[in-house]
Amino acid sequence: MPSIAAYEFPDFVETAVFLKDQPVFAVADGTVRFPAGGERVVEAHPGGLLSARYDPYGLRLLTGGEDGRVVSVDGGGAAREIASIGRKWIASVAGGPKDTVGFASGKTAYVRLGGGALKEIRHERTVEDIAFAPKGIRAATARYDGASLFFPATDAAPAALEWKGAHLGIDFSPDGRFLITVMQENALHGWRIDDGKHMKMTGYPAKVKDWSWSAKGKFLATSGAPAAILWPFSGKDGPMGKAPLELGTRGDTMVTAVACHPAEDMLAIGYGDGMILAVRFADSKEALLRRGGASPVRTMAWSGEGRLLAFGSESGEAGVIDIAG
Amino acid sequence: MSDTANQADAQIPVTVLTGYLGSGKTTLLNRILSEDHGRKYAVIVNEFGEIGIDNDLIVESDEEIYEMNNGCVCCTVRGDLVRVVEGLTRRKGRFDAIIIETTGLADPVPVAQTFFMDEDVRAKTKLDAVVALVDAKHLPLRLKDSREAEDQIAFADVVLLNKTDLVTPEQLAVVEATVRAINPTAVIHRTERAGIDLKRVLGQGAFDLKRVLDDDPDFLTGAEDAHDDHACGPDCDHDHHHHGHAHHGHDHHHHDAASPLHDVTVKSVSLRGGELDSEKFFSWIQALTQEQGPNILRLKGIIAFAGDPDRYVVQGVHMIVEGDHQRPWRDDEKHESRLVFIGRELDAEELSAEFEACAARQRENA
Repeated sequence: MPSIAAYEFPDFVETAVFLKDQPVFAVADGTVRFPAGGERVVEAHPGGLLSARYDPYGLRLLTGGEDGRVVSVDGGGAAREIASIGRKWIASVAGGPKDTVGFASGKTAYVRLGGGALKEIRHERTVEDIAFAPKGIRAATARYDGASLFFPATDAAPAALEWKGAHLGIDFSPDGRFLITVMQENALHGWRIDDGKHMKMTGYPAKVKDWSWSAKGKFLATSGAPAAILWPFSGKDGPMGKAPLELGTRGDTMVTAVACHPAEDMLAIGYGDGMILAVRFADSKEALLRRGGASPVRTMAWSGEGRLLAFGSESGEAGVIDIAG
Repeated sequence: MSDTANQADAQIPVTVLTGYLGSGKTTLLNRILSEDHGRKYAVIVNEFGEIGIDNDLIVESDEEIYEMNNGCVCCTVRGDLVRVVEGLTRRKGRFDAIIIETTGLADPVPVAQTFFMDEDVRAKTKLDAVVALVDAKHLPLRLKDSREAEDQIAFADVVLLNKTDLVTPEQLAVVEATVRAINPTAVIHRTERAGIDLKRVLGQGAFDLKRVLDDDPDFLTGAEDAHDDHACGPDCDHDHHHHGHAHHGHDHHHHDAASPLHDVTVKSVSLRGGELDSEKFFSWIQALTQEQGPNILRLKGIIAFAGDPDRYVVQGVHMIVEGDHQRPWRDDEKHESRLVFIGRELDAEELSAEFEACAARQRENA
């Protein structure tokens, strides 16, 4: 049985990440916590934290709050204000190449370029999420009836990728070939960026809340079902015409969080009852990492070398699992 | 305590305040936020506007309607509410209840449907009641120039007929009869400057199947609040004897309300009968809400099923219908089925005939 260092935070854990190999937790009360080796607490958003995402380019955590501020927290625990837009909620944040930071509030997407200029890209409908392509400074936003693609350093109008319905979350595939959204309906949608070809990924009994790209982008693992659903993305058509992989099927609860191992074809799966399993893609072999807890697992993240798994739950339970024991 | 009990306890009540600009919403909201009632409210508003109270828990949101991508035109939710409610409810113990203020132009239906159709919102909150403020002086004008004013009344559980000091008793009677004709099931309170005991507005449990209609023995028989002065409209169905409509001189089992004011497109159809056959009723109500859902704003009913010792309560919004056993029939209660539809283009004769076809005794006769 792997060993667990357990933590108890006072509020909903929004995002778990590793910064410089230390576990870091963004908590809805507005704090960012470094619990290992004597707890340090960064007060990022006194009014409450709404969004937090790891920035794989800047190797930092980006957070957005009810106070209209976007903050970055680095591995040393230093917090820096990236932007402040007044009394508005920051619904989503994302980091891009070359120190670029994107965030969204209401019908506006904001991109702060590396040089410090803040671009505002107005949308007709609410910007639900923002993401950056792996190369170049290209951003995408999720919105009602589709996604918008744009180059924030230029003033060119965004290109529209249309698909009826409300799109709430967005991400590029690691190779930049595909753009994927989470919908208000229990479904994902995708586009092949070269030609706009659609990819429908449906059949979920619940909303998809979490997703994770596997090593080398071979699969996109998702929550939203009694099993983790993994869509194959290695072919040129993405998952079209292929059955997804289902891992860690449970009969009595739902998958609420997923995190692909950074090197191995292995997935950490968090469930509604707090259980966490590690499951190998090749043979579906399962290893129990955590028996259960008081609330659904909200977020999980692997350390860079893939030995430690940090997790956080809706009621504030959190921890770090050492899979080597 | 079990998980389900925990979840039910943790569901945060949500009150929706609708009403036109000038109807007194902001006055009521300021009272809710400033009175010493020991409860903390989070308020979702379209604009910070004139709310005089500085409160961290007042959130501005753009009203934004999302059609669900399932081929159903009336399956709409408010995207902004999904987002804001999700954000607010992550943190425990921050507030006791949520109030959503909508603009005068807002359609109340997507607001309510959000609380039925979005799984996260549904898990964490429960719709308590839709409260409509009506400006007694300007209602006739509003009904002339907007469909939303009518929809807000049709959809409400509680109507505050406000600014009663600005109209004559005769004008007030006509306005109240109009409200009653649009919505025969709402509780109507007459107010000046939105002055009302907040207990009559908050914590109503109007969408709670276990509570809905239970405190209302006069449901469908003239659903007035006994504590208020109530003016009967010319077509008001005040029949407390549960038998016939003698003083109206006709004996229909449905009640097809018409407003004393023109410009009203919403109407209600009230049906009453004896024990029903559950199979016939469910297949009827499901087919009906599928076919006519877009025309049905709300439906509410108490159903007596043959051979069932429990009262069955049903309610619906457009195509969403839910029902549950409520409690055993009391010995002194007549096993009677009552159902009311509020909507547009409702065919009272047809609904009445179809309702009667669900009667249990017909099967026995067949």
